[in-house]
Amino acid sequence: MNLIQLAFSLSVLLLALAVVAVLMRGRGGVSGAVYSLSAIASGLLGIAGVAFLLRAGAPQLMTLPIGLPWLGMHLRLDVLSAFFLIVIGLGGALNAIYGLGYGRHEEDRARVLPFYPSFLAAMTLVVLADDAFSFLLSWELMSLLSWALVLSHHRKDEARQAGVVYLIMAAFGTMSLLLAFGLLAREGGYGFEAMRAGAGVRDTAVTVVVILLMLLGAGSKAGIVPLHVWLPLAHPAAPSHVSALMSGIMTKVAIYGFVRVTFDLLAPAPWWMAMVVMAIGAVTAVMGVLYAMMQHDLKRLLAYHTVENIGIIFIGLGLAMGFRSNGMETAGALAMTAALFHVLNHSLFKSLLFMGAGSVLTATGTRDMDRMGGLIHRLPVTSLLFLIGAVAISALPPFNGFVSEWLTFQAILLSPELPQWGLKILTPGVGGMLALAAALAAACFVKVYGVVFLGRPRAPEAASAVEVDRWSQGAMAALALFCLALGIMPGLVIDALQPIALALTSGLLPAQASDPWMTIAPIGAGRASYNGLLVLLFIAASAMMAAWLIHRLAARGVRRAPAWDCGFEMDDPTTQYSAASFAQPIRRTLGSIVFRARETVHMPPPGDNRPAHLEVTLLDPVWDSFYGRIHGAVAWLADRANVLQFLTIRRYLSIVFALLVFLLLVLTLWN
Amino acid sequence: MALVVALAPGLVGLVRKVKARLLRKRGAPVLQPYATLLRLMRKEVVLAENASWLFRVVPYLVFASTWVAAALVPTFATDLQFSWSADLIAIVALLGFGRFFLALAGMDVGTSFGGIGSSREMLIATLAEPAMLLIVFALSLVAGSTQLSDVAHALAQPVVGLRVSLGMALVALVIVALAENARIPVDNPATHLELTMVHEAMVLEYSGRHLAMIELASALKLMLYLSLIASVFLPWGLAGPDGGLVAVVAGIGLWLVKIAAGGALLAAFEVSIAKMRVFRVPNLLGIALMLALLGTILLFVSRSL
Repeated sequence: MNLIQLAFSLSVLLLALAVVAVLMRGRGGVSGAVYSLSAIASGLLGIAGVAFLLRAGAPQLMTLPIGLPWLGMHLRLDVLSAFFLIVIGLGGALNAIYGLGYGRHEEDRARVLPFYPSFLAAMTLVVLADDAFSFLLSWELMSLLSWALVLSHHRKDEARQAGVVYLIMAAFGTMSLLLAFGLLAREGGYGFEAMRAGAGVRDTAVTVVVILLMLLGAGSKAGIVPLHVWLPLAHPAAPSHVSALMSGIMTKVAIYGFVRVTFDLLAPAPWWMAMVVMAIGAVTAVMGVLYAMMQHDLKRLLAYHTVENIGIIFIGLGLAMGFRSNGMETAGALAMTAALFHVLNHSLFKSLLFMGAGSVLTATGTRDMDRMGGLIHRLPVTSLLFLIGAVAISALPPFNGFVSEWLTFQAILLSPELPQWGLKILTPGVGGMLALAAALAAACFVKVYGVVFLGRPRAPEAASAVEVDRWSQGAMAALALFCLALGIMPGLVIDALQPIALALTSGLLPAQASDPWMTIAPIGAGRASYNGLLVLLFIAASAMMAAWLIHRLAARGVRRAPAWDCGFEMDDPTTQYSAASFAQPIRRTLGSIVFRARETVHMPPPGDNRPAHLEVTLLDPVWDSFYGRIHGAVAWLADRANVLQFLTIRRYLSIVFALLVFLLLVLTLWN
Repeated sequence: MALVVALAPGLVGLVRKVKARLLRKRGAPVLQPYATLLRLMRKEVVLAENASWLFRVVPYLVFASTWVAAALVPTFATDLQFSWSADLIAIVALLGFGRFFLALAGMDVGTSFGGIGSSREMLIATLAEPAMLLIVFALSLVAGSTQLSDVAHALAQPVVGLRVSLGMALVALVIVALAENARIPVDNPATHLELTMVHEAMVLEYSGRHLAMIELASALKLMLYLSLIASVFLPWGLAGPDGGLVAVVAGIGLWLVKIAAGGALLAAFEVSIAKMRVFRVPNLLGIALMLALLGTILLFVSRSL
């Protein structure tokens, strides 16, 4: 059995598991069985991906006699799909292990269990699909199954609202994809092979329209601004390991769709398309993190961070498009490597953070950050692992998030060699926005960690929280280890990504693994190099040396005393900085521009001993200026069309008759 | 590496001394910071009752990351032993690492002073980092590298000469350095009791050896930024890879002069300007950002500007 057959049978197995879960619902032990089998199956999927990517052989094909009668179902495993198989497999397996423990707290398990493995199977089929029909079918399956998972707490209004918004956005996205594939199929057929062959003869205009449609279709699933609105509603509504799967993995499958079409099925796009993609990426990155900064809901905040990271990935992809359309192969390979590396990194630390949020949710029963605090004392393991995830997502060395952002910066620094002025001038600006997003992410995670885990408990739930089970801790620990390992050994990942870069941008970076001490120098040693391992060793060594010397030679005494706080008494935990107060400086400087943030203080009149209130109003620019208007237009049209509901049958018949005549007239005039 | 740590408190002492003299005070001796550090290290630590393990680990982490970053900046020679392990972007990120943990420590005890310090420190960092990145961009355009020793080496070549873009980058870097080191006009390093304080509010709960580590780290950071400015914009006298002992000694001497002059200039600047309101700091850092961007774009227009 070759690897594609293995991958396909594993996804069939996962689908079968869903059926079993439905049939066996309510029996004891089903939950454990489903999650452990999903973990094994997705682990094997990941291993299959690794095996294929390291060997980097010729693509493996498979045709099945199901699907459309004259088409069948085509599957293909190449290096790109193999890489995304690793992302899906790793994330799916570890989230399933987390689910082994976490799933026990779920009140309505039968609403999650069947959908978890089938959702994984659908995502696997998306990356394996080799014709438009199977791609769209699996994509739609993926959307619907994740929609069902969003609705697993269907009694909450919040989940129902999220479900509606998600369904509308998913339908819109799939429609865009449908149109994109329709345009792609003009040159031959619905198989990807024919589309690839048609790349040379395709009009530039068609290429541009297809990329724009992919931005709408895949971008709405990935969450680019302004199509991100469903994401912060839907991801937090699901159980936490499913949120992790949706935020960490499903958005990556959407990236896969964009990469597959733009870099594989299409010829290089005109250079100004790269500007569009980069600008969208930069805006998405900054807006995502600014939204996150304003949030108090832990899981929603993490979902907004997904928006930010998708923006970073799109910056890399946009750069790769720009370099590719100018035939700068090595630079293109660098940008593509950076983007794909960030795909992997984000899937790791976002899963870790969502699992951590799930543990906090289990321990305290709330997602409101202003009811937490001091959890570092109550949840020692979770808090350490969440800290690692927070450092990694804030792009700080020596963890993995820094490496991929560093690579993106290096790609940005190559932009002066681009011939077009538009790209030249835009790229430094994008670099500045990327730095802004990274710095804001660090600020935001200081807020998250400081408010949730540090300080004093703000509510009794937080004061009595208990640590989560071993399965959950194990899954988080594995992810934290991956974050560190990829941060100190990035050369291995970069080398493994090169076959993909070669296939998509026809460029290659120099081999990194042979450099001493795992140094990475993607564009030659004289230009820029970074060594995560040495940085880690240096920091650890000098910290330990300093601590040892001081404890040895100077003092080691410790005395516990009440906090100093400049001499103020402060027993009330509400005197601490809260999530809103931490965000205040950034809300005033940046938020007043983007969200038109206003702060009003309501002071009670003298003699009244009610407390004063600070009220913060934020306006969401995307909802108000974009969706608000669309909603208004739809409502207006619906009102007008409402009249049609209450006509007599004669009027209906005459309308039908008139329409028929009109259409026939159009038809005759057309010919 | 050890030299930088040994000299950093002296630099702080020098800045304080010059400041005092400019205000016609006598001022503490230049060596006072050493005595303070020794005294702090010998004292016991008073920990707040609910301080966690993070609070106790952070001082060492902050010190270590700042030290590693400082060790990667060329001081008197361009061929640092480990300069290939991190480029300028990574050095900035290492400082970010230290700041991240210090801000967390500010939140740990759960006092309002810690929170105010942390949130403002992160605001300033948020605005300084894009400016810093654009400075790196401009420098790497001239030098063709982000590796600091290569940048210093390239900028020391006579062909580089005087450039408008480098001048803009210098002004931007000075502003960023003032902000990052919590100096006037962004923050006041001399006071604990002022509502606009940032850095000092964040470390308010620290005492004893922990405070010593943090003070040493901030002295190191000042040293780092002065060395950075000196090595990039005044790269003369840096001993090259093939320089003999004479070149190294001359390099050390010249570096000490540069640092001392930088410290004196900083002191003179600080006494001649008032502290800014916190919400005017973004304007100052916006100037840095714009200057760095202008410098970069000038380089695009003409490589010789």
